[in-house]
Amino acid sequence: MLELIIAVILSSVPIMLAATGELVVERSGVLNLGVEGMMLMGAVIASITVITTGSLFLAVIFGALSGLLTSIVFGFFALVLATNQVATGLALTIFGTGLSGLIGAEYVGKAIQRLEALNIPILSNIPYLGPILFSHNILVYFSFIMAFIVGWFLLKTRPGLVLRAVGNNHDSAHALGYSVVFIRFCSVMFGGFMAGLGGAFLPLVLTPHWAEGMTAGKGWIALALVVFASWRPLRIPIGALLFSGITVMQLVGQARGWAMPSQFLSMLPYLATIAVLVIISRNKEFSIINAPASLGKLFIAGK
Amino acid sequence: MKKLYTILLISISSLFIAFSSFAAPLKVGFVYLTTPGDHGWTYAHERARVILEEKFGDKIETTYVENVPEGPDATRVIRELANQGNQLIFTTSFGYMDPTIKVAKEFPDKHFVHVTGYKRSENVATSNIRFHEGRYIQGVAAGLMTKSNKIGYIASFPIPEVIMGINAFTQGLKSVNKDATVSVIWAMTWYDPGKEADAAKVHIAEGADVLAQHTDTPAMLQTAEEKGAYGFGQGSDMESFAPKAQLFASVNHWDISYIEHIEAALDGTWAAKAAGGNWDTWCSMKDNCLSVTELKNMPADVTAKVQSVADSISSGSFNVFQGPIITNEGTIVAGGATLNDGDLWGMNYYVQGVIGKIPN
Repeated sequence: MLELIIAVILSSVPIMLAATGELVVERSGVLNLGVEGMMLMGAVIASITVITTGSLFLAVIFGALSGLLTSIVFGFFALVLATNQVATGLALTIFGTGLSGLIGAEYVGKAIQRLEALNIPILSNIPYLGPILFSHNILVYFSFIMAFIVGWFLLKTRPGLVLRAVGNNHDSAHALGYSVVFIRFCSVMFGGFMAGLGGAFLPLVLTPHWAEGMTAGKGWIALALVVFASWRPLRIPIGALLFSGITVMQLVGQARGWAMPSQFLSMLPYLATIAVLVIISRNKEFSIINAPASLGKLFIAGK
Repeated sequence: MKKLYTILLISISSLFIAFSSFAAPLKVGFVYLTTPGDHGWTYAHERARVILEEKFGDKIETTYVENVPEGPDATRVIRELANQGNQLIFTTSFGYMDPTIKVAKEFPDKHFVHVTGYKRSENVATSNIRFHEGRYIQGVAAGLMTKSNKIGYIASFPIPEVIMGINAFTQGLKSVNKDATVSVIWAMTWYDPGKEADAAKVHIAEGADVLAQHTDTPAMLQTAEEKGAYGFGQGSDMESFAPKAQLFASVNHWDISYIEHIEAALDGTWAAKAAGGNWDTWCSMKDNCLSVTELKNMPADVTAKVQSVADSISSGSFNVFQGPIITNEGTIVAGGATLNDGDLWGMNYYVQGVIGKIPN
């Protein structure tokens, strides 16, 4: 049981990181559908870094930075040139998938050193709670802490307020003298950083090797998670844990031979997501109030 | 005038000679499900393609398209390859079966080889490997290595080939260990490292200490390595990913049957061989289409036993579907007889020792 809970926590981390980043991007009014591409760039650069330098620290940093660099491509087109965000985001996913496959081709089939768990002294020795809460690698702690930091930043700080203002009504924010494009660009880069980190988590922790397209749709789940969380940062970890919890549960069900078709069990995580979305959307206060009003809309300064 | 005529004649004939001595190479197309980077299934096909290029040199020209999803996209890609002038097209996944048949009807003068399917026509041949032979050997090793008597199996989709694999594995397991059971997780994907790793973790948490897989990435073996369990490589040698966990890998050698197809296409006998939809290759360890890598991480007596089983299969003296074969619901499929190929393709049951039911 303990191992299963740990498995759930670990597999929720990549989508949690990417979704936390994308939440900030969307709160600033930008829809970046390129999460999958940025995650793959993070995954491939992290793999290459650890294979060539042997440094896991550098791998984490470079993985995150490569996600950030990829997001700059999106920012340049979607914000500076004001191209359609949906099309640009999709293009970014295709671009990231292709480029990561190309530069990673030589590194396929090489095993990678795994990022070791960081046992917090004393606390990690507590029976049950210790292994579940205090015996993970640094990225796991970071992903949970970031959800709180982002929540605090968005709702309790002045820059957070400005960011939300830009996302809710970019024309008013512009009239008040805020640089809409600059603020959005910073958000997009933060989103890229977090997606890159989420991508890096896959080869560094979950499956220590580089394989083309290894995210297998996790970027899209992260996007769904933002809507699931109704743009509230603290709901991201809950959603991520719920999603991977049900994913692992359906595997357990199969292993134990539960009398249920495995196709149905495989559908469960998605069914649960839809069910929660339906419940949330019935309550206007939950959903509509947090959705950034300018989400995905083009902004051209001085128009 | 006569001089001009002679020059013209010479130049035309020399052109003709040039063309005939540098005959256009046979264009051969491949459709891949994932990328050669999966280090498993598609990697094995890519290895075969490279062997073909080396063997036939400039007599052939190969192209491949990777990451082709099974379904309408496959139809489009296969048609495109045919339009580009590929005379021989290998479609390397079960789900390309109907697309291959469909496109083949549109191009009656081109040759198609569908891998792992059962539908053939005048210009569609099929090619497959008896993977279940390797899985029987895996089952024997698993039965001798397990201490918990629980084996975890990660399967992809409930198609005959995969079910055959599970059953062959379990027959091998049961031949050496009556108490062991196999529990199956259907990943419903060929390629998702994260999900494969999660499934492996679940199996281990449920008490399994030997794992087997019918999905394409080394994720399961890496998880086994981390948790101190054992496993087998799929399609290609995966030892570099799990030096302590991989007992051995079954390796597919597609080049054997591909060479046969290319030689037939080159000497013009392909169409005759496939006439009536009768060209089916289902080659075995005996034909060198399947091999096992060096046995590792097992005690000497286990290695000896596993090796002897492998030898008896590769010499052709032992059929892995030798009866008695009893389903896990108690129905006797074969008393003492051996299952024939038709029985294998119709396999829709688990043999005794597998837990649960096949998803339908």
